[in-house]
Amino acid sequence: MAVVTTGKKACTVNPLKMSQPIGGALAFMGLRGAMPLLHGSQGCTSFGLVLFVRHFKEAIPLQTTAMSEVATVLGGFENVEQAIVNIYNRTKAEVIGICSTGVTETKGDDVEGYIRLVREKHPELDKLALVYVSTPDFEDAFQDGWRKTVARMIDVLVEKPAEGARRDPARVNVLPGCHLTPGDLGELRTMIEDFGLVPTFLPDLAGSLDGHIPEEFTPTTIGGTGVEEVAAMGLSSWTIAIGEQMRLAVETMERRTGVPFRLFDRLCGLAPNDDFMMFLSEISGRPVPLKYRRARGQLVDAMLDGHFHLGGRKLAIGAEPDLLFDVSGMLHEMGVEVTAAVTTAQSPVLERVAAEEVLIGDLEDLETLAKARGCDLLITHSHGRQAAARLGIPFFRMGLPMFDRLGAGHLVSVGYCGTRDLIFDIANLLIADGELNHEPTPDSWRLAGEPSADAVEAVVGH
Amino acid sequence: MSSLSATIQGVFNEPGCGKNTNKSEAERKKGCTKQLQPGGAAGGCAFDGAKIALQPLTDVAHLVHGPIACEGNSWDNRGARSSGSNIWRTGFTTDINETDVVFGGEKRLFKAIREIIEKYDPPAVFVYQTCVPAMIGDDINAVCKAAREKFGKPVIPINSPGFVGPKNLGNKLAGEAILDHVIGTEEPDYTTPYDINIIGEYNLSGELWQVKPLLDELGIRILSCLSGDGKYREVAYSHRARAAMMVCSKAMINVARKMEERYGIPFFEGSFYGIGDTSDSLREISRLLVERGAPDELLGRTEALIAREEARAWAAIEPYKPRFKGKKVLLITGGVKSWSVVAALQEAGLELVGTSVKKSTREDKEKIKELMGQDAHMIEDMTPREMYKMLKDARADIMLSGGRSQFVALKAAMPWLDINQERHHAYMGYVGMVELVRQIDKALYNPIWEQVRRAAPWDDASQSWQARAIAQMDAEAATLAADPERAEAVRRARKICNCKSVDLGTIEDAIAAHGLTMVESVREHTEASGGCGACTERIEGVIASLSAKMKPAALVAAE
Repeated sequence: MAVVTTGKKACTVNPLKMSQPIGGALAFMGLRGAMPLLHGSQGCTSFGLVLFVRHFKEAIPLQTTAMSEVATVLGGFENVEQAIVNIYNRTKAEVIGICSTGVTETKGDDVEGYIRLVREKHPELDKLALVYVSTPDFEDAFQDGWRKTVARMIDVLVEKPAEGARRDPARVNVLPGCHLTPGDLGELRTMIEDFGLVPTFLPDLAGSLDGHIPEEFTPTTIGGTGVEEVAAMGLSSWTIAIGEQMRLAVETMERRTGVPFRLFDRLCGLAPNDDFMMFLSEISGRPVPLKYRRARGQLVDAMLDGHFHLGGRKLAIGAEPDLLFDVSGMLHEMGVEVTAAVTTAQSPVLERVAAEEVLIGDLEDLETLAKARGCDLLITHSHGRQAAARLGIPFFRMGLPMFDRLGAGHLVSVGYCGTRDLIFDIANLLIADGELNHEPTPDSWRLAGEPSADAVEAVVGH
Repeated sequence: MSSLSATIQGVFNEPGCGKNTNKSEAERKKGCTKQLQPGGAAGGCAFDGAKIALQPLTDVAHLVHGPIACEGNSWDNRGARSSGSNIWRTGFTTDINETDVVFGGEKRLFKAIREIIEKYDPPAVFVYQTCVPAMIGDDINAVCKAAREKFGKPVIPINSPGFVGPKNLGNKLAGEAILDHVIGTEEPDYTTPYDINIIGEYNLSGELWQVKPLLDELGIRILSCLSGDGKYREVAYSHRARAAMMVCSKAMINVARKMEERYGIPFFEGSFYGIGDTSDSLREISRLLVERGAPDELLGRTEALIAREEARAWAAIEPYKPRFKGKKVLLITGGVKSWSVVAALQEAGLELVGTSVKKSTREDKEKIKELMGQDAHMIEDMTPREMYKMLKDARADIMLSGGRSQFVALKAAMPWLDINQERHHAYMGYVGMVELVRQIDKALYNPIWEQVRRAAPWDDASQSWQARAIAQMDAEAATLAADPERAEAVRRARKICNCKSVDLGTIEDAIAAHGLTMVESVREHTEASGGCGACTERIEGVIASLSAKMKPAALVAAE
């Protein structure tokens, strides 16, 4: 449907995109007892750390190999080795997830080789899981870092089931894309469990970054899926992947374990959730619970109530491919015109976005397009706030980072209820904007150049 | 006879009302208040009507004297807009309690007026009477008079307690109060030959401002608008206008006619809904002003403006015409907007499949018939199920109606557009017509309909209530087709008069047996139309169709 174009600008202005390594690091944060480690200079980590802290408003485990200039030139084996040993000794991490960065990829560090050497030199680390993923900053984007990392976790951590091992019919694997929030994952877990199924999420940010108060402080992640649980994922009966970005991971899972999969490229909106419900019903052999039958009716009603406010709106949206596809798709089904769509990187879903064009670009592009095409609703992450102010249009924050509002981790868009509430939130924003900024005045329908009432009064009066 | 009932009687005798003048003396005495059917009434009360009519006066403090229900349950719920003061949106009520009911609420009312004047200092306070204080005998006229003398400010009693009748009567009673207490009490700073009054326009969603720029351009001044974006003083000096336009058909006809009678201000009944109607109204305003002494050249300027604006509007609508080709609209609307909206929609190339005329006068219906031609399908009393079936059979692509019936359309997963006062969009004048067309297009082509029409995947689509309703109706129709006797029985069992519960068969038999030709004689024999009178037209129809059938038979008998 959409033509995907890439911006020709040399200079990115007001970036929409964030880098791969921190996408990878975030994925590692969905493992229990994990310490993500960026193999690069200190700054690579600190920027990511600050970004996540501002978004989640939580303590974030994230370490660095602290590559100096000399180390960078000579190769980072020692830094990687020291980092692993130090993290293990200091934090008792169960798993260390290592992401490369632009610096170390440019040099060409063979981290897989380093890890083999570390394993040989340090038998005391046998129980520590190490996952390495190549995520150079200079290609792809945040979402890609996530998807590659999850695929690598499966490659490294999931055990091949033994010959003739029995799969547990109640167990399902869930591979969520990074466009889902901890709140989304919580909702998904409830939905799946309501069918009597037992899900294993990989990664599970709901366990680690959902804002719960832990009983004791640990420098690693405080929840998430344990390494041994990941290892056992091959014994599940199904794998559910959410978001096109998870195709690599879910195919890796199938290849490695033979577990069949179903990929849902959207879970926001009526039809996607109908499909999802029916799938859960089929694999569990249970009817759709009454709760969801009611929820479906509530969503239909919310759509009908909301379409008066959303219908005909011209949306400018900037988001990573899967979030863009999901949210703009739902809004399009409510009559919103996806007028300006900007994303961060290539993806097969982009050409299916319900817009004429999807531009791989930045927030400057989005702002320019929104202005030129008269958009009257902006959806992007918090960095869109200046553009929204300049454009004078209502602004709904979605995506990461969301640093200037609370509850980023709990914005739910999946399921009938999540979609329903999202529709209400956006429609209410538009209603409030109308009351604040678009009340009619005696001059609302006066064409430019026509005399004002006062001028007429003056002429007629004298 | 108390003064309130005298006023009501006076309103019933309104000579400006065509419906009224057609009535017999006895009928007129009974008034145009339909006897509301307990258990079957859904409209607002007279208090509601009075409040609706006057509340858009923006700088007035509207004080409701009564228990909390009257104001507490309804305040700030109108879509009118103000260019200045917002005091009209402040909810003022005496919130009378049990003690007040026992000892009288007049003191509380007086104190309330004082508090409002001290705190808000509005140019005027309107005091609305409601049922409870009317029952206990609170004399709001006396209290208002005392307050007026004490505070030196206009304090206007609006005597329209809910139980005296329906909303429409309240509109008129509000008009009477304005005529008695406000109009003619002040003088404008200056007058011009281009001063007009607009009566019965409420500036919903600011729609008056869609037309005002045109009047401004022509140099025509809205001296006073009753009551959209109106100010107290403007109404007080509105007797100096040269001409008046009455917008909302019958609601305030008493004001327009009495102003003509008392101050010689000629008026016409017009509408700013639709392109043709807007042009006609502008023409008529100019014509009346010129008749009253404005320079002739106004007519030429008006025509030039009309030509320009019509061209502009048509150009804006043109792109929609192909999209509307073959699209059918079911229009269900109360009151006078029916005919003007019908005209407007047809201008845009939409086909109308029916229109409800429940609240319309006979004149309105005639206008609708004339506009819609022979195919007009008047829908008098469509049940939600029938309405659903009609929409579902896709004989209509979109429904336009007031807020209440929206749920039927939406549950039937059919596009729906609000055209009554709760709506969010302004549809007046040329720009408003273009906006209406744009909104219809938006609703028609919204992809949401595909979504919400999907049956839940776990449901058997053939078992939904909608499917069952249609199946049941189809089955009934099939049974009747196979059984002419039953079909005839069903036909004869159709209720014609709801108030007195008289069916078609009874009426037909009476007509045949006694050779009746008049509604009055049918009433004598069957009691039909002896209640609210809304079925008069249906009975006329029965008489007409029977006499058409009987004539040949009578001729045969004569030979």
